[in-house]
Amino acid sequence: MNLVKSMADIVRTNSSLATQVSQEPKIQIRNLNAFYTKQQAIEDINLDVYPGLVTAIIGPSGCGKSTMIRCINRMHEVIKGAYATGSVLVDGEDIYAPDADPVRIRRRIGMVFQKPNPFPTKTVYENVITGLRLNLPKQKKSYYDEVVERSLMAAALWDEVKDKLNAPGTALSGGQQQRLCIARALAIEPEILLLDEPASALDPTATLKIEDLLFTLKERYTIVLVTHNMQQAARASDMTAFFIAGEDHKGRLIEYGETKEIFTNPKDKRTEDYISGRLG
Amino acid sequence: MRDLELARIRSRKISAAFFYGLIILATVLSISILFIIIYHIFVSGVGALDFDFFTKIPKPYGEAGGGIAPAILGTLIMLLLAALIAIPIGVATAIFIVEYGETKLATSVRFAVELLAELPSIVVGIFIWALVVRNLTGYSGFAGSLALAVIMIPIIARSVEEILKLVPDTLREAALALGTPRWKVVLFIVIPTVLPGMFTSIMLAVARAAGETAPLLLTSLGNAFFNFNLRRPMAAMPLQIYSYAISPYDDWHKKAWGATLLLIAIIGILSGAVKYFTRRWNHESR
Repeated sequence: MNLVKSMADIVRTNSSLATQVSQEPKIQIRNLNAFYTKQQAIEDINLDVYPGLVTAIIGPSGCGKSTMIRCINRMHEVIKGAYATGSVLVDGEDIYAPDADPVRIRRRIGMVFQKPNPFPTKTVYENVITGLRLNLPKQKKSYYDEVVERSLMAAALWDEVKDKLNAPGTALSGGQQQRLCIARALAIEPEILLLDEPASALDPTATLKIEDLLFTLKERYTIVLVTHNMQQAARASDMTAFFIAGEDHKGRLIEYGETKEIFTNPKDKRTEDYISGRLG
Repeated sequence: MRDLELARIRSRKISAAFFYGLIILATVLSISILFIIIYHIFVSGVGALDFDFFTKIPKPYGEAGGGIAPAILGTLIMLLLAALIAIPIGVATAIFIVEYGETKLATSVRFAVELLAELPSIVVGIFIWALVVRNLTGYSGFAGSLALAVIMIPIIARSVEEILKLVPDTLREAALALGTPRWKVVLFIVIPTVLPGMFTSIMLAVARAAGETAPLLLTSLGNAFFNFNLRRPMAAMPLQIYSYAISPYDDWHKKAWGATLLLIAIIGILSGAVKYFTRRWNHESR
């Protein structure tokens, strides 16, 4: 009896993968470099992200995977002294073009962070519609009601909170808070959903709920998932990109391909070492 | 061997008790100073508090009776105006330092604010006297308000800065990632989160300014009559206390104590009320 399943057993097979990958990529990352003041965090990244799939970015700590995902909605530059060079094309449009507006870009690309961060002064209801209320013209109450229900349904949270919509967002459990943050991101109807280690602060049950959620969400959104948890990447993603930092602390993309391939038949020795637990 | 160890434990316990005693003594001393002051003010001042005290204007030199109503009103008017000037400037400075900050400019602004906070209040008085009293208005309630505002601004800026720093960056990022412009993040996410704390620090500044005497001596001068005109000299409680305290009349000494008691009571009630309401607010939002 071997209780530990091999990675190959965990991987969910996706029959439509081939057709998805043959489509035009939703996000094309080209020669992307990102810096913190002087330290370069990632070097020369080239990566295509396809619509309708969950793309996982994995790698040991300090490999630049969080930096990478934050470059996709220009949240990297929010940190003092941080900047990026190169380009990220979303539907062929460079979000790093000189006339691109980071605020507008972020409305198209939702993000969920490592630690659940609902707004503490706002109720569950208000948390969901914060993006709409702050950044879009005011609407009727019935419209907001509808958005709240739809977003919470999509985040698989509606049944649990429909009777406490007026409770503070921070009164929910950790897993519920994280799904509230997903609902909040979905409420502004983004095309892309970025998740930066969304389950790292959650218990296994809550983690599974988030993973199942990704499975249903990927039909409508292009999803990029950063995770340090290889099982999670294997369970939840269709494509996997493996990052690693060299001696110079610059993160690089080592291998990118179908999750199944990466986990069962890695091409690079370093990927194999990491997958099998000999590295990181 | 065992005896030696017991002896060591005993001596350790004795020295621990000794130092604990010292700490208690120091604590009692520092608190008792406060209580002695409050007790003394209360005993000396409570007799002065009658209906006339709150409603009448001061009597001419040497005459007994009358009240300090103009001073109470003057203090309230000048504090209100000073707060209206100082709150937006102080809060905006703090926001600049924290939310748009960590630039060289923000660092020097913070340094300047610290210097301003260390400035002796008489210097603030002289500054407003030279700039406003002499050139523009003469001795006036407006000049007094300006002087109090200059004293309040650095206090507000520094304490609001500390409070803004307590807001976790993850909250700002959450709002930014929704495609919110920075100014809206500050206005609609950060500030509502720290509002109770902000009220407390504003009240601290108001309380501090309420007791300032030196800058008012040089700016609002004082007035024995009711005056609602900000362009004329205006009475204030610290000024009234000062002029009564240095007078040769027993009745005025008593009134000085009464005014002191009232000033302390107003500050105490004000900050107590703010604490109460902010706590209730915090409780509700949790």
